[in-house]
Amino acid sequence: MAEYDKLIFEISKPGKQGYRLPPLDVEDIDIEKFIPEEFLNKEDLNLPEVSEFDVIRHYTNLSDKNHGLDAGFYPLGSCTMKYNPKINEDMARLSGFANVHPLQSEDCIQGSLQLMYELDKALCEIAGMDKMSLQPAAGAHGELTGLMLIRAYHEKRGDTKRTKIIVPDSAHGTNPATASMAGYKAVEVKSTEKGLVDVESLKKVIGDGDDIAGLMLTNPNTLGLFEKDIAEIARLVHDAGGLLYYDGANANAILGHARPGDMGFDVVHFNIHKTFSTPHGGGGPGSGPVGVKKILEEFLPTPTVEKDGNRYFLDYDYPNSIGKVKDYYGHFGILVRAYTYILTMGRDGLKKVSETAVLNANYLLSQLKDDYYLPIDSLYKHEFVLGGLKGELLEATTLDVAKRLLDFGFHPPTVYFPLIIREALMIEPTETESKATLDEFADAMKQIAEEARTNVKMLKEAPHDTIVRRPDEVKAARNPVLKYEG
Amino acid sequence: MFPYIGNTPDDEQKMLEAIGLDSIDELFDDIPKEVAFNRDFNLDLSKSELEVRAYLTEMANKNCSLDDLTCFLGAGAYDHYIPSIVNHIISRSEFYTSYTPYQPEISQGTLQYLFEYQTLICNLTGMDVSNASLYDGGTAIAEAALMAAAVTRKKEIIISKTVRPESREILKTYAHIQDLRVIEVDMKDGVTDLEKLDSLVNDDTATVIIQSPNFFGIIEDIEETAKITHKVKKTALITSVDPISLGILKRPGDLGADIVVGEGQSMGIPLSFGGPYLGFIATSKDYMRKLPGRIVGQTEDLDGKRSFVLTLTAREQHIRREKATSNICSNQGLNTLAATVYMVTLGKEGLREVALQSTKKAHYALEKLTESGKYKKVFDKPFFKEFVVTSDTSPDKITSELRNENIIGGYDLGKDYPQYENAVLYAVTEKRTKAEIDKLSSVLEGI
Repeated sequence: MAEYDKLIFEISKPGKQGYRLPPLDVEDIDIEKFIPEEFLNKEDLNLPEVSEFDVIRHYTNLSDKNHGLDAGFYPLGSCTMKYNPKINEDMARLSGFANVHPLQSEDCIQGSLQLMYELDKALCEIAGMDKMSLQPAAGAHGELTGLMLIRAYHEKRGDTKRTKIIVPDSAHGTNPATASMAGYKAVEVKSTEKGLVDVESLKKVIGDGDDIAGLMLTNPNTLGLFEKDIAEIARLVHDAGGLLYYDGANANAILGHARPGDMGFDVVHFNIHKTFSTPHGGGGPGSGPVGVKKILEEFLPTPTVEKDGNRYFLDYDYPNSIGKVKDYYGHFGILVRAYTYILTMGRDGLKKVSETAVLNANYLLSQLKDDYYLPIDSLYKHEFVLGGLKGELLEATTLDVAKRLLDFGFHPPTVYFPLIIREALMIEPTETESKATLDEFADAMKQIAEEARTNVKMLKEAPHDTIVRRPDEVKAARNPVLKYEG
Repeated sequence: MFPYIGNTPDDEQKMLEAIGLDSIDELFDDIPKEVAFNRDFNLDLSKSELEVRAYLTEMANKNCSLDDLTCFLGAGAYDHYIPSIVNHIISRSEFYTSYTPYQPEISQGTLQYLFEYQTLICNLTGMDVSNASLYDGGTAIAEAALMAAAVTRKKEIIISKTVRPESREILKTYAHIQDLRVIEVDMKDGVTDLEKLDSLVNDDTATVIIQSPNFFGIIEDIEETAKITHKVKKTALITSVDPISLGILKRPGDLGADIVVGEGQSMGIPLSFGGPYLGFIATSKDYMRKLPGRIVGQTEDLDGKRSFVLTLTAREQHIRREKATSNICSNQGLNTLAATVYMVTLGKEGLREVALQSTKKAHYALEKLTESGKYKKVFDKPFFKEFVVTSDTSPDKITSELRNENIIGGYDLGKDYPQYENAVLYAVTEKRTKAEIDKLSSVLEGI
């Protein structure tokens, strides 16, 4: 069959319809009797005209152009592409969860509130925190909410000279972006040669500490290394009067082995779509609940879910709240999936998740380090970062390795991040992949390394077998075409 | 064994040997004792699928599903019909188990539907550029306001009191952290008081924000608001719209809006107790390089084939870090696909028909509810699919009496607008039948 290359607009044909409504059963009065002509659009809508089957065939053909996790390995570092259990999808689609309006009266939403209440408690236990807000829509939104909480804490104390948030140079780009968005100046702290926060450098950045609002940290960090000095880091920041923010992007590494609350963090977010198995959905919707220690509870966004006897209710009584950060109560449908996962895995399964994720990462690393440069030789947690192919004189780059991997049916790792590692390849296998899959991937990576030495053209011209090859990103940005013009 | 974990004990042993370790515990030797977690989580043990399903089904049954009730509640989230096709397409694992399309060669499916989505949103709103979506309608207003403030370098945001109250709350939360001032302009007879607005707009005004149809369902005069806003150079008009209303109403882009935002839940996304929904934002070319969030663009590949990529990434956090226009690093992905499928399936005629039927049924409902004089309409202005009526009965009593008859009643306006005590906002979509509206009316009469 010829490759499908149409846009939906290009299969539109006047007169086609994909949908019909029942006949109008109230009196059919001319719309102009209700709405003055000046407000009405007299022109045809600029939308396609297609049959229902046209739509199904079009999007089925488009789906064929995607690599999904269900089809193959997806070791995208820092994204935790673990299996998305199917029962999660079924539970979120239960009529009692999916077909409920957010503003129904309290007696009509007891099931939703119970789920949120129980999830709040479970996430607190997993994080070592005292109270959650399930509202944030995504990890970045959780970060923003977290910094708003830190800001509210300082403001209530009248401590308004704290203008800086410390962020390690290995941090995800959202951390400094969030700090700016929350009205702070992001200041960088360097990493040591071992890839960890440099405590001496941190002391210098803190200085006398008067202007430090807090520190944002991922632990294990974006290199996949556990910040072993975390207790000392927390003490330094707290002594300076700042608070600690835990970016939960890498929480899949430590379930049941360490908790951010015990490390000294005051506020955390979890990426529900990473650690708790909800689908990444081509980019979303995610969910980024935030947990806090007691000192920050009074500032949480409203409402929270509380329980009085057997009755669950929405609590808006937070006079010092930062306010609303999100419509309604958060991404409830995603929360249902996460709670399904937590119930399924239980305390034993969650611990096994991290143990297997870490085992898989270290095993895969052991299979690759002969052919790929390992900038920091260490025990890793759930992911590790390679510094491109071994051999200084090789022409092939990390980008070439990534593109060649496509020919083997693998999604490439995260590339060129973190920024502090040259030619970075950030690999996170997750616990749901088996040894057999890791071995296949390692074999492909070894073959690519061999090609780089003997037949570099194979890499430079890769990918060979995909439907498109290295689309021109420079052209896209220089001359933006952002919609179909016909 | 756990069904989601693929290694056997034998695999584990071999893997440990390859790493050079003796036990799983040694994998965690790098966690210092002082911060290690040394007990079990206080959570239940793992469960079978059968047990989990039974537990959660019982929990879901404690809610009142709209499958069993008739819904006249709206106020920002609406019970429009979702064609079966939507769920079937978004359930394809190629879509829902993929992530952000970092590798365009194996993500053309996602990239192309996002490009189609951007086109559809531009066509509906009458704007030049759309991003690939934001979290929801409320945060879309806040993001739009921050963008306008950044572009104009001005500090004041004026928002109408006829904008959905929760959106205004979110805006205030966001404005606070950027030291922006939010000024609320009063309303008059259910619409923005344009005289007052005229007196408030000044050189320090970054943006004016209105919603049309507004929180009461009434159509605002976007054109006149744009004229007032644009008296000051660079000041931007943000208009929040219900996309279904654009089936019949003029496009905000044709009336002078600079940024159009809204909640896309009405387009194929289940109510799901408030989320996840879909925020959309579209704007003119002038703002293109300041637009937050992901954007997809068309280009060519090595062989000259049309292809799609994420573009204009120089705005984004992973390149710009602390200088990024927003910290957003994802979009609503699958919900964007749902809305895309909804828009193309309904198409040119279908969306107009949904909008027409919703309007006509809503007007029939108002007529019917106010027939006897017991319930009176509060505003006398052109409206779309929502309207407000008041009576001597408290909204709580009305809600519970309707609930006894398996009807979810309207929204108690007095909660947000004390001056409208006992006023209730009803929403009527194309899903409601004449018989359901007549029943609502007769139950209300009997209270």
